[in-house]
Amino acid sequence: MSTYFAGEYDVAVIGAGHAGIEAALASARLGCHTAVFTINMDAVGNCPCNPSIGGTAKGHLVREIDALGGEMGKAADACTLQSRMLNRGKGPAVHSLRAQIDRRKYSSLMKHTLELQNYLDLRQAEITDFEQDKDGTWLLTTRMLGVFRAKAVIIATGTYLGGRIYVGEVSYESGPDGIFPAAFLGESLRKLGVKTRRFKTGTPARVKRSSIDFTELEVQEGDEPTVPFSYDTLSPLENKVVCHVSWTNENTKKIILDNIHRSPLYGGKIEGVGPRYCPSLEDKIVRFADKSRHQLFIEPCGEDTEEMYLQGMSSSLPEEVQLDFYHTIKGLEHALIMRPAYAIEYDCIDPTDMLATLEFKKFPGLYGAGQFNGSSGYEEAAAQGLIAGINAALMVQGKEPLVLDRASSYIGTLIDDLVTKGANEPYRMMTSRSEYRLILRQDNADERLTPIGYRLGLIGEERYQRFLHKQELIKEELKRVKMTVIAPSDELSNILVSRETSDVTTGIRLIDLLKRPELNYEVLTPIDRNRPELPFVIFEQVEIAVKYDGYIKKQLAAVENMRKLETKLLPDDIDYHAVTGLRLEAQEKLNAIKPLNIGQASRISGVSPADINVLMIYLMKQRGRTNE
Amino acid sequence: MKSTIAAISTGLTEAGISVIRISGPESIDIAQKVFVSLSGKKLSEMNGYTCALGKVLFQNKEIDECIATVFRAPRSYTGEDVVELSCHGGIAVTRDILRAVLNSGAVSAEPGEFTKRAFLNGKMDLIEAESVMNLISAKSSGEAQAALAVKEGYISKQVNEIKTGLLNLAAHLNAWADYPEEDIPDIEPKHLKNSLINASYHLSMLLKKYDAGKLFYNGINTVIVGRPNVGKSTLMNILSGYDRSIVTEVSGTTRDTVEEQIQLGDFRLNLIDTAGIHDTDDLVEKIGVERAQKKLQTAQFVIFIADLSVPSRTDDERIYEMIPSDVPIFFINNKSDICIANNNCDELKKKYPDKNIIATVYTSLKNESNMIKDRIEYLLGRYFIGNDFSYASDVISYNERQRNLIEKTKAVVDEAIKALNLGETLDAVTVLIEEAIRYLAELTGENVTDEVVDRVFHNFCVGK
Repeated sequence: MSTYFAGEYDVAVIGAGHAGIEAALASARLGCHTAVFTINMDAVGNCPCNPSIGGTAKGHLVREIDALGGEMGKAADACTLQSRMLNRGKGPAVHSLRAQIDRRKYSSLMKHTLELQNYLDLRQAEITDFEQDKDGTWLLTTRMLGVFRAKAVIIATGTYLGGRIYVGEVSYESGPDGIFPAAFLGESLRKLGVKTRRFKTGTPARVKRSSIDFTELEVQEGDEPTVPFSYDTLSPLENKVVCHVSWTNENTKKIILDNIHRSPLYGGKIEGVGPRYCPSLEDKIVRFADKSRHQLFIEPCGEDTEEMYLQGMSSSLPEEVQLDFYHTIKGLEHALIMRPAYAIEYDCIDPTDMLATLEFKKFPGLYGAGQFNGSSGYEEAAAQGLIAGINAALMVQGKEPLVLDRASSYIGTLIDDLVTKGANEPYRMMTSRSEYRLILRQDNADERLTPIGYRLGLIGEERYQRFLHKQELIKEELKRVKMTVIAPSDELSNILVSRETSDVTTGIRLIDLLKRPELNYEVLTPIDRNRPELPFVIFEQVEIAVKYDGYIKKQLAAVENMRKLETKLLPDDIDYHAVTGLRLEAQEKLNAIKPLNIGQASRISGVSPADINVLMIYLMKQRGRTNE
Repeated sequence: MKSTIAAISTGLTEAGISVIRISGPESIDIAQKVFVSLSGKKLSEMNGYTCALGKVLFQNKEIDECIATVFRAPRSYTGEDVVELSCHGGIAVTRDILRAVLNSGAVSAEPGEFTKRAFLNGKMDLIEAESVMNLISAKSSGEAQAALAVKEGYISKQVNEIKTGLLNLAAHLNAWADYPEEDIPDIEPKHLKNSLINASYHLSMLLKKYDAGKLFYNGINTVIVGRPNVGKSTLMNILSGYDRSIVTEVSGTTRDTVEEQIQLGDFRLNLIDTAGIHDTDDLVEKIGVERAQKKLQTAQFVIFIADLSVPSRTDDERIYEMIPSDVPIFFINNKSDICIANNNCDELKKKYPDKNIIATVYTSLKNESNMIKDRIEYLLGRYFIGNDFSYASDVISYNERQRNLIEKTKAVVDEAIKALNLGETLDAVTVLIEEAIRYLAELTGENVTDEVVDRVFHNFCVGK
């Protein structure tokens, strides 16, 4: 069969899921001619698992993507069915936004956005072969024998790459939702010398709304008022649906345990490593045997469908067993399964083979993002897609790459974790992964990242001016609370006493009142007579800055220490086995990961502070030699 | 906002001179808190590369005479402001000065941290780097051995128990925050607080054990006081086992303080016999009296000897008065074999109720030397070690770096308790707990973030 030359691009993106979309849009928006290939035009921006965007730490990622100029937040806002700010009351660092979204609408909106984007071509094609030409450009061959040439390639294949679905004893090659998998690309990558491995994930069944008995189920409503993801969404969103809560019981447990041998996971058929944080129900029951019940959420998949998602109930047991155990659950006694639950196994790479730019260390011009890199989740994928897209474009244009460090963002933390520590299971973002979480809040993503997005050219002038204005208002209000002195009065005393905080007999600065954990802007309204009319977000920022001042300063000091170590670069040609004084484990880890700098080296597990000292001395000696 | 670090730069051995180096933006301010120059000139007024003679004070007590050398950034070893305190090289004195500096706001330097800073500030050239390289590689292999001993030993067991408790808290708090919709059991505020208080208690016990270890290795400064010819030298000789002081019937024989390190059971005593303190015109003796007074200021244990066989005298009181009130006193009424001619002891006790007498005995040192030895050993054990742990097995080999990390851990745990009491949000409390874990992990050399995350999944059933 003979191939034909089909076209030439600056950047080619393989896959149009959440990673591929952000990668393609960023690259095109930075002015690179970009192609994005999808196996199926109707699977662009698909949400094959939960019909929601955001959640703890993931919500932070979406806000950050938006602050940098990505698309996910805007699309999620446009398709929101219900919006909730999780963890209210647990502290601003862990406030996380989550929206139930209309799955189909999200997908078609994203597809249309790609179609309308300048410099961007969305094409249905399976990439089957893949090689680097002598000049360093890449040649991609499609199933239809077209050959495309691109200066940079971003692989964002999700669960499609070598995808295999498992439902009990049944198993077949497939991508998600019955779409065919990328069956050839994996082999082509391995031929090139890219090491791949198998990961696994799973999804619960979708059941028909009218077959569920909601009467006795707890209802979960959205927040009023809602907070949007995007800084571009200026009006509040409407809650259109509710979710429901139910529980498994001893009968569910019994059915699962009686049939556990029929699970491909426990029967040993699946070799891929599944995520601990996203276990199937059979996993939960086996690992936490003393728990008598597990919670599930029943979530609508959209406004134009009767499919309901059963969050918490993913399984790879046979369809008949699924039917049996779902029927033991209150409200689901007569549930009709529209799509069965399944596990899916797929090829991914070891992310320690990559730089923090998401470019392969060994293959200049080749980038990866999303589940292909060993992560999990739409938001984690989109975050990497954005960074890979930006860096591919910057590379093509001969510009300096963009690396976000851990102190700048959850995006930076995610990527640093992946490329430094690797992933032994699909990596999910969590607030506990960030040591700087008191400064990396979802409420200040714009402050941290919008100037970067603007400098890159992904944030427009109008939005940037709006951002600057907001920062100015925050600064002024902060100044006002510092300067304002509140005189003692019965009114003030009443407030203080009713909030169970100590009374004052002399004048007190407004800032010192706001600092008290028992007080906030709202309760101080009656005595704060000169308060200007400002948007809620301004007061929110000032209140956090005042209340968490000590913690924020402490974290900023830690950041400064870390950043200093990051400026000590480690040449990539060091043979760590030859560095005397390093422990063997450290030698091996360092050789495998080849950290860019001392800071990154210090975060590799198995590298101790003593090893870092040895490295510093080694660096000094090397530098001395080259000076000679 | 960079920290100011301090450490003993000369190595902990008996030496003519020891140097404590302080480096960082606040080094001059911190040095100024502990060092007072004789000329009255402040360190902050001094130029780089100049020095001053003066005294190091800690809690208003004079620790030692020192020379402070000021280096101004960037012209210093590290490239930062640096003060070096050159003191008389006793191990105990040097450590006390370091402690004074750390208490005044400096943090204990990590192994190789001065060099690290010099390196980070671009101060190192090839020759310097080569020479420091030797120093540090020696140091880090010593560190490695120390780490191994710590890992297998008693302290790591203790630290790991505390760490496990904190890790469980952090994991629970994180699971609770990261999985708000899972049925993670709520964290009982009372349980959280009690666990933290418990951790803080165990950390303070560890600190106590370090300090006991310090006593064990450095010795307890024990000062024997009393007016002339009450039996101080006799006691000294009982304890040291040979005639170290000249014992005569003529009062004022011991004109100088006599210092000697002796082993008494498990304890090492830095024994100081003082000249009998009384007003005197004899110049030599006068100097001796002044020294004794000075020694009393650094005493950790005082043995006060009074003579029962003579009528009450006012100079007993004058000496007794000089003993600092927080120092434990063993009150020996000597010469009970001759006669009991006064009730000095009761009168002094009544008149100075703030003195810390831990025991009183009526005895004849001459006749009951073994009894008195046993008694002192028993008292030391009871006072310095307490009944909480057995001395021989629980004492921790003293290490300033480890002690400092434990102290930092305790400070952060206490901060977390305070935050809870104030009603601050749990995200801040969580971050503090993780900081405490990080310090403990620095002791044991493990990676914290991964541990917390692993534990979340181990302890809680979370996920979609």
